[in-house]
Amino acid sequence: MNDDIYVVVEHLQGQVADISYIMLAGARALSKNTGGQVIGVLLGHQVQDLAENLAADKVIYIDHPALTDFTSDAYLRTITDLINNNEPRAVIFGNTSIGADLASVLSSRLGLPLVNFCQRIKDNGVFVSQICGGKIMAESAIPAETTLITMIPGGYKPEEGQSTRAPEVTQVQAPQLDDLRVTLKQYIEPEAGDIDISSESILISVGRGIQNEGNIELAEELAEVLGGVVCASRPVVDQGWLPTSRMVGKSGVKVKPKLYLAFGISGAPEHIEGMSDSDMVIAINTDPTAPIFDIAKYGAEIDMFDLFDALIEQLEDA
Amino acid sequence: MKIAVLFKLVPDLVEELEIDESGTALDTTWLRQIINEPDDHAIEQAILLKEKMGAHVTVIAPEGEATDDVLFTAAAKGADQLIRLNGDFEEGMTNHALARVVTKVIKELQPDLVFTGVQAHNDLDGSVGPLLAEFLDMPYIGYISGVEVSGSTALVRKEYPGGLIGEMEVTLPALLGIQSAEQPPRYVAVSKVRQSMKTAEIEDQDAAEFDSSGAVDVTRMFQPEVGERATMIDGDEEEVASRLVEIFKEIGII
Repeated sequence: MNDDIYVVVEHLQGQVADISYIMLAGARALSKNTGGQVIGVLLGHQVQDLAENLAADKVIYIDHPALTDFTSDAYLRTITDLINNNEPRAVIFGNTSIGADLASVLSSRLGLPLVNFCQRIKDNGVFVSQICGGKIMAESAIPAETTLITMIPGGYKPEEGQSTRAPEVTQVQAPQLDDLRVTLKQYIEPEAGDIDISSESILISVGRGIQNEGNIELAEELAEVLGGVVCASRPVVDQGWLPTSRMVGKSGVKVKPKLYLAFGISGAPEHIEGMSDSDMVIAINTDPTAPIFDIAKYGAEIDMFDLFDALIEQLEDA
Repeated sequence: MKIAVLFKLVPDLVEELEIDESGTALDTTWLRQIINEPDDHAIEQAILLKEKMGAHVTVIAPEGEATDDVLFTAAAKGADQLIRLNGDFEEGMTNHALARVVTKVIKELQPDLVFTGVQAHNDLDGSVGPLLAEFLDMPYIGYISGVEVSGSTALVRKEYPGGLIGEMEVTLPALLGIQSAEQPPRYVAVSKVRQSMKTAEIEDQDAAEFDSSGAVDVTRMFQPEVGERATMIDGDEEEVASRLVEIFKEIGII
């Protein structure tokens, strides 16, 4: 085993995902303790230029037509080969729709330890993972073997993993990638919603606390008075009460309004990921321990339904 | 077609969580456990497929306080077979250990599809679906919000950020990590669950010895230090509303 730290670079439709830069920043922090180089691992087809702004000491680039788009099978075979041949100190993945399809499978396949949900790495090399919807943190030390890690946002800014100096790129041969069990047929673009919530400046966001579909109307009324738009966290959209185009979060829309008014939203990390760039967050929740209060500027521990009426009335009079 | 669904119970985040004396784990004494939400979607997706094209659905879970309720509820929704894994799960078990324990049970079922929820909020050592997929030598795809089966393949919808969907084809047997079922998990009347308690049978399987290798030792568990927490607005709804109106004026939105 050597001391190098690999970062599996995520990209989708020709764009490097922010989590890739966050992972590079995490890898740099880890390398201060373990030594070794930070090495970006870029898989794809004719995408070598995506390596240009990665803050890595070196990039391993593996080009193959079967790697044009992410599929778990082709990526897994390629990364399995790479880990077996090079035995790095650690391999970092995003805790995303891409990385989460890889890290756990590799842990089983290669018998390697896995640290999930890592948000940052302390100066002494200890991993800090965020679990239980952001309510609990768990620390662990790096095991002796090659360690697999998945990272979540929140500990590092994407800019910390970007560089203006292009890293050295080494091309490595892909393994045999025939008879794949998973193939991409097509991408389906999101249906254009009635409204693009990413460009709205006032958002009234509702979570599980809204209780039922009929209550959405209360949020709509408030939105109308305030000149804003209603959006939601995942549970509300999963229930079919609002269309997917209104979902804020990890697999929904990232928003950055002037005002984000969160009603009955606990603030799970997946949700925070989509709205933490808001200028001002105000949260209404009856649970005083809800993580949403950690990122809100103002909060109130009050029944949202009582507040809706009072607020609408006062705004109409204002 | 045979579908196996694995679910697990997780701490209910609505309740207050506490750390035990060791300082490295949650205190389970008063912990309320509920089904992991994506696992509930996994059960629903299996039932939807059964209704659409016929399937034999087996639902499997490690034993716990709420396990029987969830199993009988699954039967009331249409699951054909219920399996409870018995073992010392109280102390908390890693997903690596759970994946190993359930591998043998699922192999015997010879399913065409295995569903789990895509992840759980306490998946500190990785998620059980992809860990299990490798032990079963099945391909894995997670973040799934739609499944269609035709012949020896399935066409699935995989979620990417921003609402983008990747439509992927996977050869069966396969393990899918479900994010959302095509319809929200259905409501079952209590009377129907009671009825299934009388008619449905839970099969017991003893879990083999736990092997957690691959999971990392937690050295410290804690509640996050509160940094700049929100300034709380006290008072009744009228007082809160009037303070909010002031704030809206301050930031110039009204």
